[in-house]
Amino acid sequence: MNSVVCVSQVPDTESRIRIASDGLTIEETGLKFIVSPYDEYALEEAIRLKEKSGGDVTVVSFGPDRVAQALRECLARGATKAIHIKGDSGKADSLGIARVLAAAIRETPFDLVFLGKQGVGTDNSLVGPMLAELLDLPHVNVVTRIEIGEGSLTAHREIEGAEEVIETTLPAVIMAQKGLNEPRYASLKGIMAAKKIPIETKTTGDLGLTDDEIYGSRVRVVSLSLPPEKTAGKKIDGSDPAAAAAEIIRYIRDEAKAL
Amino acid sequence: MAGVLVICESKQGRLQKTSRQVLSAGRRLAEASGEALVAAAFGPDAASLAGDAGSLGAATILVVADPALGEYSTEAHTAAAVRLIEHADPSIVLLPGSSNGRDLAPRLAARLGVGVASDVTGLEWVEGKLRARRPVYSGKAIAVVEVDGRPAIATCRPNAFPIEPAGGSAAEVVSVDHQASQPRARVVETKIPESEELTIAEADIIVSGGRGLKEAANFSYIRDLAHAIGGAVGASRATVDAGWIDHHHQVGQTGRVVSPNVYIAVGVSGAIQHLAGMSSSKHIVAINKDAEAPIFRIADLGVVGDLFQILPLLTEEVKKAKEQH
Repeated sequence: MNSVVCVSQVPDTESRIRIASDGLTIEETGLKFIVSPYDEYALEEAIRLKEKSGGDVTVVSFGPDRVAQALRECLARGATKAIHIKGDSGKADSLGIARVLAAAIRETPFDLVFLGKQGVGTDNSLVGPMLAELLDLPHVNVVTRIEIGEGSLTAHREIEGAEEVIETTLPAVIMAQKGLNEPRYASLKGIMAAKKIPIETKTTGDLGLTDDEIYGSRVRVVSLSLPPEKTAGKKIDGSDPAAAAAEIIRYIRDEAKAL
Repeated sequence: MAGVLVICESKQGRLQKTSRQVLSAGRRLAEASGEALVAAAFGPDAASLAGDAGSLGAATILVVADPALGEYSTEAHTAAAVRLIEHADPSIVLLPGSSNGRDLAPRLAARLGVGVASDVTGLEWVEGKLRARRPVYSGKAIAVVEVDGRPAIATCRPNAFPIEPAGGSAAEVVSVDHQASQPRARVVETKIPESEELTIAEADIIVSGGRGLKEAANFSYIRDLAHAIGGAVGASRATVDAGWIDHHHQVGQTGRVVSPNVYIAVGVSGAIQHLAGMSSSKHIVAINKDAEAPIFRIADLGVVGDLFQILPLLTEEVKKAKEQH
């Protein structure tokens, strides 16, 4: 079973976001970048499959030089190959990114493609289904569990207030949700072993893509701003629980009109 | 035919709340662009939505009545949606930001070679183009995006758009035929939990628990209040990571971003990624024993006190208030 895992590198979820001087992008200086949390579930699932039934786990990422660090981390956790497609992923829209990933994946043998259900940050949740469409493969979105059968796969998909069990042929594209597994940390041994694995680098030109296909944005950011600062309202002493409960009731009834 | 096409979802022959919201958002866009509002629906019950769709301003409802489309399948619905778009040639396509809407929109867009503005909270028609407002970094920043191409596709965040009845008569039903195909991925079972809980994505009121609850069993304080008030149970990442509650309750950057009318944070200190996920709630109440907890910086009503004493009283008061109605 060969898997490809698409990973994106995003600002740490604990980061404060600042707007760059162009008013369109975030200020990257001083930001700590991490592997997008949902991609960690995707990677972990692929590594577990490899440990069970062999094969390769190839991690693919599209982005600037800093992305190599994310790929290194994936290798340290147990991925066996890494491909870095260099480019300014921040300037591409989701379809552009999906086109780059699809082109890279077509050159790699695989049975399954894994990625997170969304990149934490831009929060589009678009690349997965777009990638599946471009590869002409079935996909299952927001997956919390998978079981591999003979040439098929059963996946549990989270929907509003329920769960669907979906059966699909292979190959397929799986978008991981939190709960799919508990991602491991890299071991020291893994970190040392990862240093010996070369990261294959490619340009988008190597993949036969034009800049227009990637950066000819169909969805273009025209402004990026911080939300209005929320100010604290009333703060009361709750040492008299009955009085506190009464005040909360008054607020919910009179101001929120919710009772 | 051109216009603003809204792909709707229904349950038991009625439009879902999120689809009503999207129709109202679509009607405003249609007025701005001078085009018609066109509803669309799939499955055997689709035509029965004509009255609902008309009352929200759609003159027409396109229907692909294939019984196989009664249950959502990415591949089958993508093919049917493509047929609708070929038929209607809309300039804008809107979908609810539901599980299925957010699954269908990108697949559809990739087939058509167009973009999607995802999970938007505002829509505008500016000089012949669709502009959408969308929170990014879980609401730590707000992006305005312009969508090029035809059609311009957007998915609308649940509860971000008000339902505005337009008082129209039933929409004219137009059947669109399509070539059914066998999807490679198909639903074999739907598991609905025995106690049908309100989900945090849809709820108008959320009661959320944090580490201040001290242990898993104490989520009963949260559930009791949520149940009494008719709200959903939310949770902080710390409680989910500790295994106290399932992750689909998690509010914040690796959970759900929510904006209910009322958000009651109980024993939640307010880590930055939690605040990002709920600070756009309209009315925020926080109960915490630590007067310095960051949650108080954004709470409209902050109560510094012991949740174990306050919550049972609050739940009782809510029950009494409800009985008076």
